[in-house]
Amino acid sequence: MAVADPIIVSAGESEERLERTWSERGGMYRWFAPVHHTTIGKMYFVTAGIFLLLGGILAALIRIQLSRPENNFLGPDRYNQFFTVHGSTMIFLFAVPMMYQAFGVYLVPLMVGARNIAFPRLAAFSYFIYVGGCLLLWGGLLLNIGADAGWFSYVPLSGPAFSPGKRVDFWAQMITFTELSALAVAVCLIVTILKYRAPGMTLNRMPLLVWEKLVLSFMVIFAMPAVMLVSTMLLMDRTANTHFFNPAEGGDVLLYQHLFWFFGHPDVYIIFLPGAAIISTLVATFSRRHIFGYPGIVVATIATGFLGFGVWVHHMFATGIPQLSESFFTAATLMIVIPTAYQFFCWIATLWNGRPQLRLPMLWVGGFFFVFMIGGLSGLMLASVPVDLQVHDTFFVVAHFHYVLIGGAMFPMFAGIYYWFPKVVGRMAHEALAKVHFWLFFIGFNLTFFTMHFLGLRGMPRRIYTYLPEMHWTGLNQIATAGAGFMTLGILVFLINLFWSIKRGTIAGPNPWGAGSLEWSVPSPPPPYNFVHIPTVDGREAIWDAPPNPVFVSGIRDEVREVLLTNSLDAEPEAKEEQPAPSVWPFLTAVVVSAVLIGSIFTLKAVSYGALPIAFSIIAWIWPKEHEVEERREHEKWRAA
Amino acid sequence: MERTTDIPVLDVSGLPTVVFREPNPIFWGNLLYMLIEGAMFAMIFASYFYLRTRSTEWPPGLAPPYLWYGVANTILFLTSVVPARSIQLRARAGDLAGSLTGLIGLAAFGLICLVIRGFEFKGLNCRWDANAYGSMVWALLVLHTGHLLTEWIETLVMVAFASSRKMEGKRFPDFDVNSDYWYFVVGWAVIMNIVLYGTTRLL
Repeated sequence: MAVADPIIVSAGESEERLERTWSERGGMYRWFAPVHHTTIGKMYFVTAGIFLLLGGILAALIRIQLSRPENNFLGPDRYNQFFTVHGSTMIFLFAVPMMYQAFGVYLVPLMVGARNIAFPRLAAFSYFIYVGGCLLLWGGLLLNIGADAGWFSYVPLSGPAFSPGKRVDFWAQMITFTELSALAVAVCLIVTILKYRAPGMTLNRMPLLVWEKLVLSFMVIFAMPAVMLVSTMLLMDRTANTHFFNPAEGGDVLLYQHLFWFFGHPDVYIIFLPGAAIISTLVATFSRRHIFGYPGIVVATIATGFLGFGVWVHHMFATGIPQLSESFFTAATLMIVIPTAYQFFCWIATLWNGRPQLRLPMLWVGGFFFVFMIGGLSGLMLASVPVDLQVHDTFFVVAHFHYVLIGGAMFPMFAGIYYWFPKVVGRMAHEALAKVHFWLFFIGFNLTFFTMHFLGLRGMPRRIYTYLPEMHWTGLNQIATAGAGFMTLGILVFLINLFWSIKRGTIAGPNPWGAGSLEWSVPSPPPPYNFVHIPTVDGREAIWDAPPNPVFVSGIRDEVREVLLTNSLDAEPEAKEEQPAPSVWPFLTAVVVSAVLIGSIFTLKAVSYGALPIAFSIIAWIWPKEHEVEERREHEKWRAA
Repeated sequence: MERTTDIPVLDVSGLPTVVFREPNPIFWGNLLYMLIEGAMFAMIFASYFYLRTRSTEWPPGLAPPYLWYGVANTILFLTSVVPARSIQLRARAGDLAGSLTGLIGLAAFGLICLVIRGFEFKGLNCRWDANAYGSMVWALLVLHTGHLLTEWIETLVMVAFASSRKMEGKRFPDFDVNSDYWYFVVGWAVIMNIVLYGTTRLL
């Protein structure tokens, strides 16, 4: 259909009808049948937040264990379980679900001017299956049979010969749950970004955070299958007597490492790129100007996405791979610095040329610059094979990856939480408490992890539960543990702030920061339909660039959950689609899939018994109600040939 | 009370609700699902060839899979493209009877392919726990059979839609993308059979 020039008419959508159509009523039922992205996004935020706390508690206990030599506070077995579950929780249950799923599901539809996410029931399923993975990993730990072979569970240690019992199985199957969840969200987000953008939001005008979610979703699609495959192969080696990683029968242990890191390294960028995008968003907002070098940042994001797949072997420098491979992967690893550094310079240029306001979230942006840069510099050192071989498996590596992961993800996460908190709950966070939180966390973080560089250089290996006093590691370990205490206090202050501000914070209004992207054009918190009238977009910062009398979209039905579809490149209106109503079937499907996956750890028959219930629940999920079908048939319009 | 406002608007009330290919989100959803599964297949093939480099003999100490079940299934897969394509053409023309015929035909092909697949498993000439090669060829075949089964059930669901009172316009694009997914299953079947039956004889 040709879209006519804008005409002045009475826009027909009514807020009351939209409210009736889009709200998810029904008390408890709502939490098991969510279909709106703000609900699902909040569920992700809370759950990933809980697992951050749980992972953090394990970290604190690990630090107490290491605070003095020959300590028996945890003991070797519990220590192994704790560091394994700490690492696995932070990567699989916190970092990716928080930085990718929670921020993506909550923000992307609002930022592109859509009423909801694409395939909302799939998004709901992704959440429930993620919870299944959380329960599996932590269930094992709480029963004192937690996974204990490290967060990457290398064979042969994790294989049937050296890790009998079910411990590693919990870990291996947890991977399938969490990666299924991320893959489902990748599909929802890509389709939302390509088809649900408000008219006028061409690719060239998409907010950088949306660009990053697009690149990231493709990274998820290409990286996650590798780890699902390798963890399933490990599970099969352990439960079905296959020999993928058994050298005695023609298998190969390095195959495990290749497949794991083919996922594992892109995963680092899957965790860092959302952080970078949050920084890009905040730097522009608080500099009161458009971001400097927008096309370059987009290209840098895409380049990071590609290069991220070409560096996995640098995790395997100590495995005796050919020297040519070592040189190649050193060069590739150094090359990935280029797009990241480019983004840094663009942020600096934006601040330089803008009128920066040092509002609360910017404290965390500053912290990010400092911390992530140190992590990047130690990364350059580790990219060099001779240095890597010297410090391999020592606390130097532990220091490095906590600097990049906490620097690249948690600092931007806190920046993002303080920035979007007013949007999500409608109230501002308490500024003084937030500053206390920042300084406690920042000082504590550097005390803990900067110290670890020296511990590593002094030869302290990672993953040892204790050490002798003659090693002279005690003082540094005590500083690190004291730092962990500061971080714990910081997190406590943060929690107090959250609970206090949700109830008593100052009312925020729609746009407390004067920001330019579309989520700030709707009330805080957003209504269940997001936008009364879908906006049209005239620039990269939709609110700042809007003309004095902006054009809105009219003609989307408000008595059903109808959304506008636009074309993928230029966002021209193309079609309309009705979204599904709340349904409990995605939840039930997740329950059945979880039961089958967990059952398959104990007997492979679970897969054959479970196939039918899974098929049944998916069919029930997609099977429509008769009145809905009739209603749709009445309003059906075919595209003219 | 209804509130109406006088604002400049872009009127989209006339836009279609039944669209095929790129304008339809289900086309993209299906495409992305194929990308995910394609990545999975690529990884498993990479692992297969990686393990090949760890062994001087291939298959190590075992007979290669029995050839003719594989050949029969490959021919059948390639022929099944005919009903799959006819579904697409009929669906895009809004022809319910034609689509239904094509879907039933495709479901029949799927069933026969599944039965022959059973013989293919028998003809592998090894168990999954024989050695790493055995594990790998079983993994390949199980993964593909999972897809074949999923696609077959999906086709049955489409038959159910087409022959029930739940039929509506938006199902025609579903029939259309169902065939896309069938092509994907066929494509990987052909590649897999070249690997399974070819490399075990030639490499």
